[in-house]
Amino acid sequence: MMVHPADPTLSSALADATERALQEAEIRLPPDVLAALRRAAVAERDEIARQELGNILENIALAEERQVPICQDTGVPVVYLTLPPDVPFSPALFEGVREGVQRATVTIPLRPNVVDPLTRENTGDNTGVGMPAVHVTPGERLTVTVLPKGAGSENVSRVGMLLPSQAGEIPRFVAETMLLAGGKPCPPVILGVGIGGTFDMAAALAKEALLLPVDTMDNYEQELCDVVNALEIGPMGLGGDTTALAVKVKRAGCHTASLPVAVNVQCWACRRATVEVEW
Amino acid sequence: MVNLQTPLGTEVLDLRAGDTVTLSGTIYTARDEAHVRMMEEGIPFDPEGAAVYHCGPVVQDGRLVVAGPTTSARMNRLSEFLIDAGVRALVGKGGMGPEVVEHLRGRAVYLALTGGCAALAASRMTLKGVYFEDLGMAEAVWVIEADNLPLTVGIDAHGGDLFRAVREKAKTQFHQRFNIKQDTVS
Repeated sequence: MMVHPADPTLSSALADATERALQEAEIRLPPDVLAALRRAAVAERDEIARQELGNILENIALAEERQVPICQDTGVPVVYLTLPPDVPFSPALFEGVREGVQRATVTIPLRPNVVDPLTRENTGDNTGVGMPAVHVTPGERLTVTVLPKGAGSENVSRVGMLLPSQAGEIPRFVAETMLLAGGKPCPPVILGVGIGGTFDMAAALAKEALLLPVDTMDNYEQELCDVVNALEIGPMGLGGDTTALAVKVKRAGCHTASLPVAVNVQCWACRRATVEVEW
Repeated sequence: MVNLQTPLGTEVLDLRAGDTVTLSGTIYTARDEAHVRMMEEGIPFDPEGAAVYHCGPVVQDGRLVVAGPTTSARMNRLSEFLIDAGVRALVGKGGMGPEVVEHLRGRAVYLALTGGCAALAASRMTLKGVYFEDLGMAEAVWVIEADNLPLTVGIDAHGGDLFRAVREKAKTQFHQRFNIKQDTVS
C-alpha cells in the first residue's frame, strides 16, 4: 500500500478554509435561513411566538454586531469536502480539516463540545476519534462546507425502518418526530429527511438535506412542512404557527424489502458555510 | 410585564404560565454535571431565593462570549434538591417534566429564555465568578449578574405548564390529522 506523505501546502490551505468556514457559519446565518425567519416573524399570529421570533432576530443581529457565535452550543463539526480530480484523496485532507477545527475553537471561540462517548472526557479542542466528521464527494473545485450541529436538535432526530408498503406513513413519521421532540430542539426547526438507501444512508441523506437552501420546497416537502406546522408547537414549544421553517428531502434507491426514513432535526440556527480552498 | 430581581421571594408565586417577565440580579449556571456535584458536595452559593440557569456558556479571558439556555429536561431528575433548598426560579429552554411541575408547586417557577439566543443573553450578563471550574467550561457553575433577561413563565407555582398545554394540543392535532384512535404515541 502506498502511503501519501501529508502535503503541508494542501493541509494548511484546508485548515485555513475550515477555520474561515466555521467563522462564517457560527456568526452569520445563511441569507435563506434569515429570510425564512423574517417571513415567519411577519406571518406569526401568536403573541408569545412573535416575542420568541423577535428575540431570535435580535440575537442574530447582536451576534453579527459583536462578532460572536449565534448560539453557545457551537455544535460538533460536520464537514463536507468536494474534491476535484487533481487533488489526491489523502490524509492531508483530514489533517487540514482537523487543524482548522482546532484553530477555530480558539479564535472564534467555540465551546469545546467533543468528549469520549463513555468516559465523557473532553478533548478540549472539538476533535476526537472520527471527529470532525468529514464527508468527501467528487466535485469541480476543492471546497469545504461546514455544518456545526448542536445537540438539542440532534438528540431528537430519528431513523425508522418502515415497511415497503408504508410510503404513505412518512408524513406521520415526520410529524411524530416533532410531536415527541416538542420544544426541545429549539423550534422553529428545519427538518432534513432522508428517504431510502440503507439504515445509515438514510441518516446521512437527512443531514445532507440540511445543506439545501430553505427558500424553496417541492410539493412533497411542503406537505411534510404543513403537517408539522399543524401541530402548533411553535417557537421553543411555547405554541404558535411557526414550528418548522422548512422541510428538505433527499432520496436514494433502497432494497425492495426496505423503506428507511430518517429525520434529522435542525434548530432555527441552521448554520452552514462553504469556502473554496485556495492552494 | 413583571421585573424580577434576585434574591427572589414569594412574588414568583403570583406569576402565571404565559406571563412575560424580566430577570435581573445574580444568577447561577448549572448543567447536568454541576447538579450531580452539588448533590454530592452541597450547593456552593446561597440557594435561598436564587435563580439557577441551565446554561453552558462560552467564556474567554474572564468574559462571557455567549450564554444561551440549554435543554432543561435533562435536569428533570436533578432539580428537586435545589427547590427544597430555597431556589425560586429555574431558567432554561424547552420546559421540564411533570415531576418538576410538582416540585415547583407553591414554591418556585420555571422561566423560559429563547433557545439559541446566546448573544442576546450574553449582552445582558456580566460574569462575576465561578464554582467547580474543574468540570470544564460548559459544566462549571458560573456566577452571573443579569440585567433584564427577557423571559416567559413556562411553568408557574400552581401547576400551570405552558409547554404541557402546547404538547397536549399538538397530540390532539396529530391524532386528528392521522386519524389515530388509540394513543400509540408515548
